Amino acid sequence: MLFTLAFASLVRHRARTALAVLGVAVSAAMLLDMVMLSSGMRESFRSLLLSQGFQLRIAPKGTLPFDTEATIRDADSLVALLRALPQVDRVSPVLGGQLHVPRASGAVTAAVLGLEPLVQGDYELVDGRHPMAPDELVANDAMLRAIGRRVGDTVTAAAGYDAQLRGLSGVRLLHVVGRVRFIYMAAEQRGSAIPLATLRAMQGPEASSRVSLAMVRLRPGANADAMRAVVERLVPRVTVVSTTDAIRQVDERLSYFRQLAVILGAVSLLVGFLLVTTLMTVSVNERIGEIAVMRAIGVRRERIVAQIVVEAGAIMLVAAPLGLALGLVTARYLNSILARFPGLPERIDFFLFQPASAWTALGLLVLSGILSGIYPSWRSASLGIAPTLRREAVG
Amino acid sequence: MTAPSMRDARPIVEVRDLARDYPMGDEIVPALRGVSFTVEQGEYAAIVGPSGCGKSTLLNLLGVIDRPTTGTVTIAGERVDALTDARATDFRLRRIGFVFQRFYLMQALTARENIELPLAEAGLRGVARRDRARTLLEYVGLSRREGHRPSQLSGGEQQRVAIARALANEPKLLLADEPTGELDARTGAEMIALFQRLNADGTTIVVVTHDEDLARAAKRVIHMRDGSIVSDERAARDRAP
Repeated sequence: MLFTLAFASLVRHRARTALAVLGVAVSAAMLLDMVMLSSGMRESFRSLLLSQGFQLRIAPKGTLPFDTEATIRDADSLVALLRALPQVDRVSPVLGGQLHVPRASGAVTAAVLGLEPLVQGDYELVDGRHPMAPDELVANDAMLRAIGRRVGDTVTAAAGYDAQLRGLSGVRLLHVVGRVRFIYMAAEQRGSAIPLATLRAMQGPEASSRVSLAMVRLRPGANADAMRAVVERLVPRVTVVSTTDAIRQVDERLSYFRQLAVILGAVSLLVGFLLVTTLMTVSVNERIGEIAVMRAIGVRRERIVAQIVVEAGAIMLVAAPLGLALGLVTARYLNSILARFPGLPERIDFFLFQPASAWTALGLLVLSGILSGIYPSWRSASLGIAPTLRREAVG
Repeated sequence: MTAPSMRDARPIVEVRDLARDYPMGDEIVPALRGVSFTVEQGEYAAIVGPSGCGKSTLLNLLGVIDRPTTGTVTIAGERVDALTDARATDFRLRRIGFVFQRFYLMQALTARENIELPLAEAGLRGVARRDRARTLLEYVGLSRREGHRPSQLSGGEQQRVAIARALANEPKLLLADEPTGELDARTGAEMIALFQRLNADGTTIVVVTHDEDLARAAKRVIHMRDGSIVSDERAARDRAP
């Protein structure tokens, strides 16, 4: 009977109920987006860092990986030391730099990574094979488009370029053997990778035995934070960043994003709450005589409150899936816009859907629906029966 | 459901020194001034008097939807003038039937569902509840209208549904506030006949009315003026020999 009455009351004013559902759905979509935004980048970054299984990143003292152009000297001995540790499964040394490809209209410049192809964790092969020979190169689509080459072509490239003198240094003829997708590079950033030894040779004697970064994958069961301390003690001239550290630092840098998301999410929830409260207040005021009669014939106050809470909850429950669907569509659209933000890795998502986000949004909505029904219903059910009926009879 | 004889009668309503004041700004306006009377089981009493004489206030106090300023109200042996809200609600549900001038049916529910409302509240479930509602609809002559909503019923039909709703939990006392006030003369006459049938079948009725025909149909007429009872007459056919 409770549900019959609640349902009947909602369908009595179909247009009004439908508009309220739409309004709450928009509010729910905003709420979901904000919940997704508040945790999305962090989770996305975490997943990115762990995607290749490397838990430690070793950078020059006082820097973060690729934050500066600083490099680690005598890196070969560092790599050998790390590989000798029993807890270490794999070490991937990486040297960063630029690659200049001369064209008639000027040189095309791209990022280049010197790495050891068998242990690298910086790219995924899309087509072709890894650059195993010293004169082999793999590149992403942006780079291949810019230089007008495909897998199987050759390209003349240099590690240094003097724009004023139009002079190149460290020139090599390289064979394009693979098309790749770089994990940590921005979507439109031109990128390539060649063997570490080749890049060192192209950059000259100063790059000998240097790397920009060494990534370390630990064996199962090894504690990353403990290993970080061990490596920093063994090699004081480096900074070791664990995934936990990196996420913490990302958290700090993104704190304003989260604050923004929390504030906007709270506003969305408040708008939905006020919308349903207004609707329920109007609806209850229209039925104030009916409610007084229900009380007069012996319907308990709690039952009346429950009926109106069910009505409010029903609006929320119908609006929630609509809102969640709308939220996912808008999140996808907003993500595609924000993904063009300069310098962000292609794989970073601002709005990451997680079931927990949906449940959180749904839980908050249902809770606000219950609260929005309680106030007007309790107020109306608490009015004196006799004076209310007298007012209704006169009015 | 047969009417008890007056020899078996015992008070179903006992009102003693009942007063009800309403604060109006700085003033206190007395609506009832020390009213006392009893209503026996099986009686059919009409309370009449000019507007503002306190008859609706008296009915509200009998119906436990208002509290007296002083005095006592005992219904079916239970003091009801100072019940908690929860106890008063339960008392109304099980012991009192209300019929209002404006019917006050739930517009969103059908005729049958309106009758089921107090039955559901009293804990009757499923088929038993539906059967009871149908029996009551048949009693008031609306068995073919059970699926109609109030907006699809005439005024007289709505009042019949309201009466069936009031009878749902077999109340000890049926209270009616101007039950013919919104009805035309012909439908009003049908309603009067229905009340007489209800009383003949054993229902104790107290009705507040301006309708002389309805008052004449009652076995007892209580006249009120300025918050007091000025006369209390029993119809000749009901007077003890």
